[in-house]
Amino acid sequence: MPDTGFQQVGLKVDRRLTLLENAIKKHQYKKDALLEILHTAQELYGYLDRSLLTYISKLLRLPPSHVYGVATFYNLFKLKKPGAHVVTVCMGTACYVKGAEEIVSTIEKEFNFKRGETTEDGRLSLFVTRCIGACAMAPNAIVDGETIGKATPEEVLKKIRTILEAAKVEAR
Amino acid sequence: MVEENQGLSKMIELTIDDKKVVAKEGDSILKVARENKIYIPALCYLEGVSSFGGCRVCVVEIKGSTRVFASCVTPVSEGMEVITDSERLRRYRKWAIELLLAERPHVCSVCVANGSCELQQLATELGVDHLRVEREWTNYELDLTHERFAYDPNRCILCTRCIRVCDEIEGVHTIDLMFRGKNSKVIFDLDDKWSFAESCTSCGKCSAVCPVGALYVKGKPHSEVKKKELVSFVISRRIEKTIG
Repeated sequence: MPDTGFQQVGLKVDRRLTLLENAIKKHQYKKDALLEILHTAQELYGYLDRSLLTYISKLLRLPPSHVYGVATFYNLFKLKKPGAHVVTVCMGTACYVKGAEEIVSTIEKEFNFKRGETTEDGRLSLFVTRCIGACAMAPNAIVDGETIGKATPEEVLKKIRTILEAAKVEAR
Repeated sequence: MVEENQGLSKMIELTIDDKKVVAKEGDSILKVARENKIYIPALCYLEGVSSFGGCRVCVVEIKGSTRVFASCVTPVSEGMEVITDSERLRRYRKWAIELLLAERPHVCSVCVANGSCELQQLATELGVDHLRVEREWTNYELDLTHERFAYDPNRCILCTRCIRVCDEIEGVHTIDLMFRGKNSKVIFDLDDKWSFAESCTSCGKCSAVCPVGALYVKGKPHSEVKKKELVSFVISRRIEKTIG
C-alpha cells in the first residue's frame, strides 16, 4: 500500500475519495492513466482543486507540475469551483464570426464578471469553449446543458434570467 | 524525439550543403551538422537533452521533398541531401524569430540577458529590424520569491529547455508548461511561487540554459550564469558576423 497522503494534502476521506482510489487501483497506479483518472476525479468532485491534484500526483508518482500541466491543457477540466449554473459559449471559428463575442460580452456586462469566472454569489459561471461541432447552428451557447442554436445575446440573457429566477423560487 | 543509440550502431553517409559527412544512424540532422562544423541556427535545441522541435528556427530543406524539416527532430538517413541555407529558409527563420519576438514584450535594453541572449543574436543575424505583426504586451507577474533565482514570464519564449533540463538532468521535474498555445506559461509545481515549489532543489540548471533572460540569478548578469558554451557560442557568432 503506497503512502496515500490524503491527510497531508487536506482531502476529506469520504465516498468520493474511495471511488477515486478504486479508479487509480484499477489502473494499477500506472502513470499513463493520468488522463482517465483526472476525468474520474472531475466527475466525482466537479472540479480539480489543488489538494486533489497533489493527491493524484502523489498516488501516481508523477511530478505535480506535470499533472497541473495536463489539467490546464484541456479545456474540459475545471480548476475552480464552477457556479450553480453554467453558461458556455462556443468560440469556434464559425460561432465567432457569427457573433459569439457579442453574446459573451453582453453576459459579462450584465452580470459584471469575466469569462472563465464565477459571479461573486457563486450562482453563475461563464465559460468559452472551442468548437462544439454544431457550426450550422452558429452561434451556439449552452445554458446548463441545453444548447441554444442561432443564439442572440437577448435570447441567452433571457434564458439565464429564467434559470436564475427558477432557482430562486426553488430556494424559497 | 530522437533516441540516442547506445553501443554498436550503423554508420551512414549523407550530404549536408554539398559536404559528404558520416553519421551515426538515428542522430538528428542538427547534431550531425554541428559535429561537422556546419552551422544551423536553433533556439530550443540543447545538446544533452531530448529535442523538442518547437522554435522552428532550425528548419532545413531535404532534396526530394517540398517540405521543410525541423532538423533537431529529423533523423539522418542514408544518401540524404540536406540544404541548410537558402532564400526560403532564411525567410522562414526570420518569420519564426519575428513571431517569437511578437509573442511577449521582449525589450532588450532592460533585460539581464542583453548581449548574451540567443534570441537577440539570432534576430541580429537574420536581419530582424522590425516586426511585421503586432506585438503582444503581456503582463505576467514577476516571480522574485526565490532567494537566488528570478523568473520573468514576459521574457519567456517557451523553448522548454528549462523543463527538459529539470526533468532529464536534475531529475526532479519541478518545471512544466501550463495552458496551451500562446497562453502557455512555465510553472513551478502547481503554478506555485518559486520559493514555495517543494520539489525544487535550487540547482540553477534552468537559469544556466535559458536562451533569453526569463530565468536568471538575482544580482548577476546572465552571461555569468549561463552555460559557458552557450555564451561563447553567442559571442563567437557575433564576432564572426561583425568581421566576416
